[in-house]
Parts: sequence; C-alpha cells; structure tokens
Amino acid sequence: MEKTPILEVKDLKTYFYLEGNKVAKAVDGVDFQIYPGETVALVGESGSGKSITSLSIMKLIDKPGKIEGGSILFSGTDLISLTEKQMTKIRGNDMAMIFQEPMTALNPVFTIGNQIMESLRKHQKISKKEAYIKAVELLKIVGFPRAEETIREYPHQLSGGMRQRAMIAIALSCNPKLLIADEPTTALDATIQAQILTLLDEMKEKFHMSILLITHDLGIVAEHADRVMVMYGGQIVESTSVERLFENPLHPYTRGLLESLPSIDREVERLGAIKGIVPPAFNFPKGCRFSDRCPYAMEECHQSNPKLLEIETNHQARCFLYKESV
Amino acid sequence: MYQYIFRRILVFIPMLFALTIIVFALLKAAPGDPYSKILDPDLDPSVLEEAREAKGYNDPIPVQYFRWLSMAAQGDFGESIRYVGRDVSELILSRLPNTLYLGVFSLFVTLIVAIPIGIYSARNPYSPLDYFATGFGFFGLAVPNFFFGLVAIYLFAIQLGWFPSQGYISVSNSGGFGGFLDRLHHLVLPGLTLGLASTASYMRYMRSEVLTVLGSDYIRTARAKGLTERTVLYKHTLRNALIPIITLFGFEFGAIVSGAVITEGVFTFPGIGMLLLESIGNRDYPVIMALTLMFGLFILVGNLIADILYSIVDPRIRYD
Repeated sequence: MEKTPILEVKDLKTYFYLEGNKVAKAVDGVDFQIYPGETVALVGESGSGKSITSLSIMKLIDKPGKIEGGSILFSGTDLISLTEKQMTKIRGNDMAMIFQEPMTALNPVFTIGNQIMESLRKHQKISKKEAYIKAVELLKIVGFPRAEETIREYPHQLSGGMRQRAMIAIALSCNPKLLIADEPTTALDATIQAQILTLLDEMKEKFHMSILLITHDLGIVAEHADRVMVMYGGQIVESTSVERLFENPLHPYTRGLLESLPSIDREVERLGAIKGIVPPAFNFPKGCRFSDRCPYAMEECHQSNPKLLEIETNHQARCFLYKESV
Repeated sequence: MYQYIFRRILVFIPMLFALTIIVFALLKAAPGDPYSKILDPDLDPSVLEEAREAKGYNDPIPVQYFRWLSMAAQGDFGESIRYVGRDVSELILSRLPNTLYLGVFSLFVTLIVAIPIGIYSARNPYSPLDYFATGFGFFGLAVPNFFFGLVAIYLFAIQLGWFPSQGYISVSNSGGFGGFLDRLHHLVLPGLTLGLASTASYMRYMRSEVLTVLGSDYIRTARAKGLTERTVLYKHTLRNALIPIITLFGFEFGAIVSGAVITEGVFTFPGIGMLLLESIGNRDYPVIMALTLMFGLFILVGNLIADILYSIVDPRIRYD
C-alpha cells in the first residue's frame, strides 16, 4: 500500500494537568498512519490512552487536557495548526466520529432527523428540504426500514443498537474520509455488535472511507481490521497487520492479551491474565512502561524505555527482547 | 401531547378542591374570630353574639364551608370586616396590580442577572467571576429578606437618597411616561430585595445544570459534528439545562404573589402581601381566606404551567 496516508499522526503528545502539579501523559509520543480504505484498530486496556488519542485527532480535548506536541496531518493539513473555527469545518465533514455509549450520545430533546439534518446543513449548503431527503436516505442506508417515521422520533424511542445506527447515519452524512469509531459496540449485546460492525464494514466500502476502530476486544480486531496497533501507557507498543499479530505477537503485553482470550485450538486449564493493572498516567514506572507487569522484564527494562522499532518487515514493537534482531 | 395537557388539567381540579378544604379548615382551627378582638368593656357580649349569628359564624362548620365555597365559586368572597362595606374581591383587585408589578419586575431582574451569570460560571468554572458569583449565591440564600430590605433602606434610601424607602408611587405622580418611571423608581429596592434569594438559587441551578450538560456525551457528539461553540451552547446545552429550571419557575410563579408578604411589609408597599398582614392583625377572615386560596391557586397554576412547559421542552415526558 504505497499510497499517501489519509491521516498521519507524528509524535502526538496529549497531557492532562491534574491537581497537585501532577501531569498525566495520557498520550505520549504516538506515531501512526492510516491509508485510504483501510480499517486500523487501536487496541488496549482501559486507561491506555486510546480514546484520548482519538479525541486528540478530532481536537476535542478539554481542559485540563492539552495537546502538547506532535503533528496530525489529515489529507496534508496539520490539524494542530488550525484554529477552532477551521476545525469545525473538518469535524463531522471530512472526519467523523461515533462513540461508545449510544444511549447517551444523542441529544434527548431533538428528533433523530433534526440531529442528522443539523450536520448536513452545517457542512453542505443545502435547503431544509434537500437535507430532509438526504436524511431519510441515510437512515435507510444504515438499516431503518421505516425511515420516514424514524426521522420524527426522539432518541428515547429507539433501542441501543438503533441509536448507534442513527449515530452512524449522522457520522456518514457528509461522506467523511475518515471515521473514528471509539468502542462503537462495547455497550451493545453480542448479536447487535456483529450487526453494527458488519454495517461499518459495508459503509466503509460504500463511502470509500478509512476507519480508525478503537476497541479492547481482540475478537473484533481479528474480524474487522486490516492493521492493528496495540497501545499501552499512552504509547504504541506493537503495530502490524492483523494476521501477523495473531500468528506472531512480539510484545509481551500483546502476548498477554492474546493468552487471555479463549481459543478453540488450544486447551488450557486457566486463561492467562496479565498481573497488575494499568499504571495511572501520572505515575508510569521508570524505563519501559510495562516493566512492572512484564514476565520477561530484564535489568535494562527498568532503566530506559525502549523505542518502537521495526523488528520484521511491517511489524514494529517496543521491547528490548528484540534488540539484537533489528 | 394535548392528551397529556388535558390529563394534567383534570388533575388540577381535585387539587383545587382539596386546597379550599385546607384553607377553610386551617382558619377554623385557629382560635378566635373577627369579634373576639373587640374588648370594649361597655359593650354587651350579646351584641357580639348577635353579630356572629348574623354573619353565620355559629352555623355548623360544613354549612359554613359550603356557603363559602359556593359563593367563592361565583367570585364572591363576602365583605371585608375591617374595611366595612368593601367587597373582598374588590379590595384584593385594588391591591393586586401593585404586587404583580413588583413580582414581574423582580422576576425579570432575577432572570436577566441569574441566567447569564450562571452560564458564564459554568463555562468558566473557578474563574474570579465564578468565585464572586458563588459568594453572592451564599450571601443571597443566607441573608433573610427583611434584613436585606432594612439594610437597603438604610443605605440607598436614607444615606444615599437614591430610591424612595416606601410606597409604590409619589404623591406628585401625574401618570404618563413620567408616572411610569416614578413607579419603576419605587420598585427598585423592594424588587431587588424580593429577587435576592431567587436570583441566588437560579444562578446556582443554572451553573450546575450547564456544567452537567456540557460534560455529557451528546455535547461531545455535537462538537464532533463540527457545530460551532455557539450552536453547542445555545441549542444543545441550554435546551437541556433549562429543564430543571422550569421546576424552579413553577414555584417562583406562586412566589411572585405570595412571597412578597415580608418584603411588602418592610417597604410598606401597598400590595396584597401588606393586605394579608393587615387582615391577619384584624382577623379579617373573609380577606384571609380569599388571599390564602389565591396564593394556593397561583402555586397550582405555576406548577401547571411548569408541567406544560416540561412537555414542550422534554420529549421524554410527552409520550409517557
């Protein structure tokens, strides 16, 4: 895939300034690219910084958080340098986002139609009538058979899965080049999850967009992503294609995640678990951020933080275990 | 939605009926009657007894109640005992406009001050103005009306002489636009005194509501849609933040009329609050009953309006 990336994030740093002069480095030097038409998964535990990464790309970081460094090149423009006003022309237009909680992500006092048309009318110079026609069409595309009625309904009249479909309709309204899906199915039942993810796959084809899929569910990654980045402690610790990740995980953290999944091929007494919890972002261990939980931790792991290096072709990992193989 | 409003109005009728029973029972439970205050030693007690008999104070209580109710339903609350020969309704109507001016003025000032400051505080929490507003909020809720009124009279009427200390109109008031300004001038001190506590509570409510709504998921969605901060604030946030404010408004609506009792007393402002105070002093039963009923009615109407506004603002209520 030697095309130009649609999104290129370089050395992104988003810090939160907490009480007591504590600085939480929620995102600390993240680099990645997303190419047109691909689905890239960003995987990690709660608190690893994946949601903050996505909100940083949208420049929706609120106080006490701040994007402290790096660049976010989106179709060639550096979003960091844009003013808030210029950003409002990109958000919801070229770049759209859907969220984890469909139950609360829609405004309860406006109709579904109002919320779709609002986005259309903001970004495209079209009349109310045209927006209405477009909104009905969008609702049909995302799977509302009675779209003409749904458009007049309020969020509380829809189920969780239906609300997420409505969110997707809003996100797709202006044909975005990039859709950021932040745990889009975490709050839904398993059967609805599959439907929503399949819908996203179809929409990606139909609208020729790229998807940044944020999830903690490796099962979703295996089925719906092309490439995957594993995040830990505000940094990417491993990045490769989905096939490679499942065949040959390099980073001990990734291995830990995979061992914690049940598998049909392997028979085990107990599923593996990574000991400990994600350290808070204002108190990472010295050296490698995974060192205090890592079963392979060596002396130098406690001294300095390894760099993200290309261990094999198109397969990067941030670990001293592979120092020699570079 | 119309069905909801219709049902809500149906509920209003038994509540009003219950209110009349409570008002009547409370007054009957209080010791004494209009004639027990007359302590003239030369007066033969049988004269007072005759007067009681003539006014029907010796009839069985249910009879008295239904007589009062059927007359009240026709808008006839009888004659005042203190102001002999004047109809209660006419007496109240002559005072009501003053109280309404005062209430509307005070509510207007309250909303103009409290809502913008509440929004500002929520958008800039822990800013100097927010701290000031918080301090003012505690002050407004903690300081009793009558005390603030007295201090205001001392400072702004006696020491500085900016505003009149009492009354609702100057003797020289000759109507027209000048007369209107003169009335406004008289409204300033009592109006601000009356609005102090409600300004403080509206401000606190507004701050906490806007702050909560700004942190909600759908506001993040609205921003992610590329809406400007203006649209996010005035369309998405305010509409949701105002829902609880409406409840407060339902209570305040009744308070426009009844809450002025103390303030009117302090400023000797001739509204119905003053009338109530006088009537209680004189045991002017017909007036007290009519006023208490009216205050209750205003609270009920205020809540009715609040519920109807709710159903307009919040679609989740409409379809229950």
